[in-house]
Amino acid sequence: MIVAEQKTLDEIKSLLGDARKVLILGCGTCVTVCFSGGEREAAVLASSLRMASQLDGHPRDVTDLTVQRQCEWEYLDTATDRIKDADLVLSIGCGVGVQAIAERFPNAWVVPGLNTKFMGLPTEQGVWTERCAACGDCVLGVTGGVCPIARCSKSLLNGPCGGSEGGHCEINPDVPCGWQLIYDRMEKLGKLEMLMDLQPPKNWQKSRDGGPRKIVREDLRLPHEE
Amino acid sequence: MSLGATGTPETKPALLAGSNLEKVLRAGHFAVTAELGPPQSADHTAIRNKARYLRDCCDGVNLTDNQTAIVRMSSIASGAILVQEGLDPIIQMVCRDRNRLAMQSDLMGAYALGIRNVLCLTGDHQTFGNHPTAKNVFDIDSIQLVGMVAAMRDRRVFQCGEAMKGQEPRFFVGAAASPFAAPVAFRPYRLGKKVRAGANFIQTQLVYDLEAFETFMETVRKLGVHEQAYILVGVGPLKSPGMAKYMKESVPGILVPDQLIARMNKAGAQWAGKKAEELSKEEKKARSEAWKAEGIKICIELIQKVRAVKGVAGVHIMAIEWEEAVRPIVDGAGLLPRPKMAEAS
Repeated sequence: MIVAEQKTLDEIKSLLGDARKVLILGCGTCVTVCFSGGEREAAVLASSLRMASQLDGHPRDVTDLTVQRQCEWEYLDTATDRIKDADLVLSIGCGVGVQAIAERFPNAWVVPGLNTKFMGLPTEQGVWTERCAACGDCVLGVTGGVCPIARCSKSLLNGPCGGSEGGHCEINPDVPCGWQLIYDRMEKLGKLEMLMDLQPPKNWQKSRDGGPRKIVREDLRLPHEE
Repeated sequence: MSLGATGTPETKPALLAGSNLEKVLRAGHFAVTAELGPPQSADHTAIRNKARYLRDCCDGVNLTDNQTAIVRMSSIASGAILVQEGLDPIIQMVCRDRNRLAMQSDLMGAYALGIRNVLCLTGDHQTFGNHPTAKNVFDIDSIQLVGMVAAMRDRRVFQCGEAMKGQEPRFFVGAAASPFAAPVAFRPYRLGKKVRAGANFIQTQLVYDLEAFETFMETVRKLGVHEQAYILVGVGPLKSPGMAKYMKESVPGILVPDQLIARMNKAGAQWAGKKAEELSKEEKKARSEAWKAEGIKICIELIQKVRAVKGVAGVHIMAIEWEEAVRPIVDGAGLLPRPKMAEAS
């Protein structure tokens, strides 16, 4: 899932400017599951902002609404009236959601209430960790299902640097060394031999470095879209 | 032995780069390299002053590349100054700050400036340094960098595969090994990968624990890696018991036996039991001198011991911000004078 966390209330307030009618728009997908931008968070944030605006002496009309998915226009369309009616839309979807709103509603002023952090999973109650960096050219097949791009701080492809110690990365004892994880798994599976292969420089063109990415599936396109 | 990549059994293989370090190693001498940290300024005299301490007591000088992610004068610029001073620079190049375009362009520039050795490194993460909010690069890793530098020399191609038209940069290619970093069992194999990628010489992380180093070298020899690249063991003088403890506890991949820490403590025993603020300036100085003398003594002993380890071709002395310690160490280890190699290859 896409994992995000809420910006501080102060930063959110600073993004609101002099908007009086504020719509907080939640999203029912990833950010609901990671407790940062779902229905509940939208309601709590709305009440916090209402209270804050009273205290600041600039009362705002803050309401909230949550759509099933901000990243698809047809779901956003269910909120058209509310979006158009607001002075400002505070999206607490991920960065995709914020941009989907901006694209779908050219006249709406939309600001983000979350910082989109990474693609990952909950590893224990209340803890999420990164797993995929969307490099566009998956190498998990040669690294035992542990990603060196996302989980090695230096995205190394040929094994651990000298900063690996006691299973953790040199940057922080709380960060597991991605290559130690790879090594342990390959050892367990009897596939250490695979780590002896020299991995050539990666084609980063398939990643963000090649510019904004796009996938076109001709088999799925409708004739009128050509 | 297959130490020269281009050799045939009948003729002595041609030098790969013709650096002083390569010549010394190829002639079978036990090599000595040392480290010089460029200044955090644009002052060329800082390099020249440090070079004075290293002249005639080592065969090559490593110029660190923004070591510990702290911005310093570039290793190539510093190396070019060493060329002017008549020393043989080994420029370090880390993968943290440059992509493959910048690296290749810098490699050509470095060669044009007379630099003939490069040490290919991953690089410390930028969160350690003085620009922790910087974006890192890591376009290629240290092993891929080794391969790229070797291919520019041996196949005269850029990393993209395009042929080079003019003079190719010819470097004696180095890589690092960290024998005691985790996972320890993989370290000799990772070293093997570096050599397979094209490394001609290896400089290791600081070694203080001889027993652990022997274990590492056993596997290295089993793999035959020592016959395909020259292995220079990293050694360094301890400055104080505090420094020894810090390295033992906080620097990944460095093992400092308790017995060495005890020796350092003993060296300063005369001043023990007194807090730092109770010592006069003179006493502090005397204590520091006693520690340093013991540190140099330990370093000399370590060199003598690693010299006896089969497969070791030399030592790399890392006297960080203490370049003046190098000469007494090399002298004490009986490694002076350094061999004078002929200019022409």
